[in-house]
Amino acid sequence: MIKVILARLQQKHRTMTYPDGAPPPLPDRFRGRPVIDAALCPAGCRACADACPTGALDPADPARIDLGKCLFCTDCADACPRQALTHSSNYQLAARSRADLVVPRGQQAVEVAGAALDAKLKKLFGRSLKLRQVSAGGCNACEADSNVLNTVGWDLSRFGIQFVASPRHADGLLVTGPVSQNMALALKKTYDAVSDPRIVIAVGACAISGGPYIGHAQVNNGAGAVVPVDLFVPGCPPHPLTILDGLLRLIGRIEDGTRKS
Amino acid sequence: MNDSRPELAMLANGQAVHRAAIPVLSFEAFKQAILDGVAARQRVSALFGAASPLPGATRLYVVLADDEQNLLFAGATDVEGDAFPSLTPRCPQVHLFEREIAEQFGLRPVGHPWFKPVRYCRSWTGRDAWGRPPEQPILPAVGDFYRVEGDQVHEVAVGPVHAGVIEPGHFRFQCHGEQVFHLEIALGFQHRGVEEALVGGPTPRTIHYAETLSGDSTVAHATSYCQVVEALASCQETARAQTLRGVALELERLANHVGDLGALAGDVGFLPTASYCGRIRGDFLNMTALLCGSRFGRGLIRPGGVGFDMDAERIAELGRRLDAGEKDTTVAVNLLWNTQSVMARFEDAGPLPLHVAAELGTVGPVARASGIERDVRRDQPSGIYCFSHIPVSTCETGDVAARAYLRWLEIQHSIGFIRDQLRALPTGAVRVPVRALAPDSLVITLNEGWRGEVCHVALTDAQGRFSRYKVVDPSFHNWPGLAYALRNQEISDFPICNKSFNLSYCGHDL
Repeated sequence: MIKVILARLQQKHRTMTYPDGAPPPLPDRFRGRPVIDAALCPAGCRACADACPTGALDPADPARIDLGKCLFCTDCADACPRQALTHSSNYQLAARSRADLVVPRGQQAVEVAGAALDAKLKKLFGRSLKLRQVSAGGCNACEADSNVLNTVGWDLSRFGIQFVASPRHADGLLVTGPVSQNMALALKKTYDAVSDPRIVIAVGACAISGGPYIGHAQVNNGAGAVVPVDLFVPGCPPHPLTILDGLLRLIGRIEDGTRKS
Repeated sequence: MNDSRPELAMLANGQAVHRAAIPVLSFEAFKQAILDGVAARQRVSALFGAASPLPGATRLYVVLADDEQNLLFAGATDVEGDAFPSLTPRCPQVHLFEREIAEQFGLRPVGHPWFKPVRYCRSWTGRDAWGRPPEQPILPAVGDFYRVEGDQVHEVAVGPVHAGVIEPGHFRFQCHGEQVFHLEIALGFQHRGVEEALVGGPTPRTIHYAETLSGDSTVAHATSYCQVVEALASCQETARAQTLRGVALELERLANHVGDLGALAGDVGFLPTASYCGRIRGDFLNMTALLCGSRFGRGLIRPGGVGFDMDAERIAELGRRLDAGEKDTTVAVNLLWNTQSVMARFEDAGPLPLHVAAELGTVGPVARASGIERDVRRDQPSGIYCFSHIPVSTCETGDVAARAYLRWLEIQHSIGFIRDQLRALPTGAVRVPVRALAPDSLVITLNEGWRGEVCHVALTDAQGRFSRYKVVDPSFHNWPGLAYALRNQEISDFPICNKSFNLSYCGHDL
């Protein structure tokens, strides 16, 4: 017992103060929202769009980027002859509607306003949100970085958000993976087992658009093909901070990254 | 040893050869070569189908690993028609491979003792080994399961959606009270068609397929893929790149091993280690992010080397974080071995005896915990592991305690290894240009991921594109081991047994 107590002292209190305090530091090489300086683009150049593995950049207008397809890799930036494309450290990427993830030329950020649930759902879920996680063809990276929110560092339960063991206990689903054909029925059944009103959160490029598996006959190009989605969290995988930011904005606990009392 | 099997071609890890160098044997000689090899303590790293130049035939390839001689042996045979005699009754470790060949190519292994689909998907040839009509939907895990009949014998079905944040799979237990007589595992829910999509590559997506074959093994799979490309393009990645790949692979092992020890503690209700290790795992993931910006190493391993370099300041920062991580891990993990209530649950739970682990062809920590000295980093080394050796740890009891303690031993070795590498990082570039791939060639690459042997085999066509790309995740070898380990165990011990294996669903389902 004394060893357990000594270990407890050695390990210290590690829960982050965010969102009261600053967010945890992101690695300096973190790749957040891509920023495209369209003024630098040579006329007719589509090197980045050709290099993109998922078609996130529009070949007709490469300055238009679909963050729902983006893997946040370096392929586009490496291919650009003018360094017009860089990754910012902006981790706030989650949006309520799929269309908001398609960021047009010149817009500097994802449209984060209006990410919160409407008043009725916020009243229901704002202080207690139980989620059932369903992995449907995910590679386990999105699952791992969702699960990490349960650790003492992030301590998700302090916001009243919890992952529960059964859809019958849940207010909604957190879906990862492109939704393989072999998981489509299980996802639908799990959704049906959650009582109404319910919400669905799609985490990662796969669950939003199919990610690297876009267009495969074996997948459904994301959760939206099977269940209605209320929040999209881009990334491959999204950083835990991106997921937490999306969840907190959804339930109205933060607005624009700062705490709402 | 190899004079008893002159038929197979002798290869080394990461050596590209012309396809003509791979002998095409009669089926009888092919079968005998596999049986003789396994009898001589070799093991089947891969056995897979591909297109054959003969009309109507399917070409089967085998890769045998000889860990004592540090060599690989490869051979092929053409199977005409829609069936071949199964080797499984005499060589259990090929049983999933034969089911996979049946599913992908519609070839029936005649005499297979448990002939079921692997991933519940359509064949690539339009021919169905089970004679299912094309209009009939194929539903995952639907079909006959092994059943035990008798008074008070009951069946427990779990999944595909489980209680935890975990991937989907279906587990069917035959129980008598608490006691498990038999466990059958049905997977395929995560199937997303990766092997089919790799044909015709490399394309801009190929590296991303490699990185997401199993997300927690991004570095291991991406390294195996990049070594395939580099071998086929005759390009030599630099010493600095090789070293950084080794550092990343060991960081991946550290994050997962630490996470597993925490999860094991959580499954027996010992919360101190569970909560500390959950957090420390994140610290190791953040060390990978220090290298490349991604906690899973996305973007780090690239054909020709690595995508990111480290300067002196970054090396120093990684060293500091490694020291802190080591201290925290040591305190957190040692609580396990000193706590009776934990060890009482770990010891004798889910034993996998040495002879079974060997016969099933298990790899990685699962094999080593059962006493098999098997580690690609020593037996079939590539990259930095050719120059810098890492001790192979083993345990003997093959139970949950052994699989847990083995992870702790490996954690200590990995930390020491990274520290050594950071102290003497070779100078030079981290990435070299990659030329076109050699046509009509074959290459096999192996790496010791944290779960065990990651095996990639690529065949190229006349244009130097992939005509077949085979991926064998270590989980493919080890899932049958988990089913065996549950025999005569209490069903309530399934979570700790499962966690002590911690196998990949997506890596198996591809």
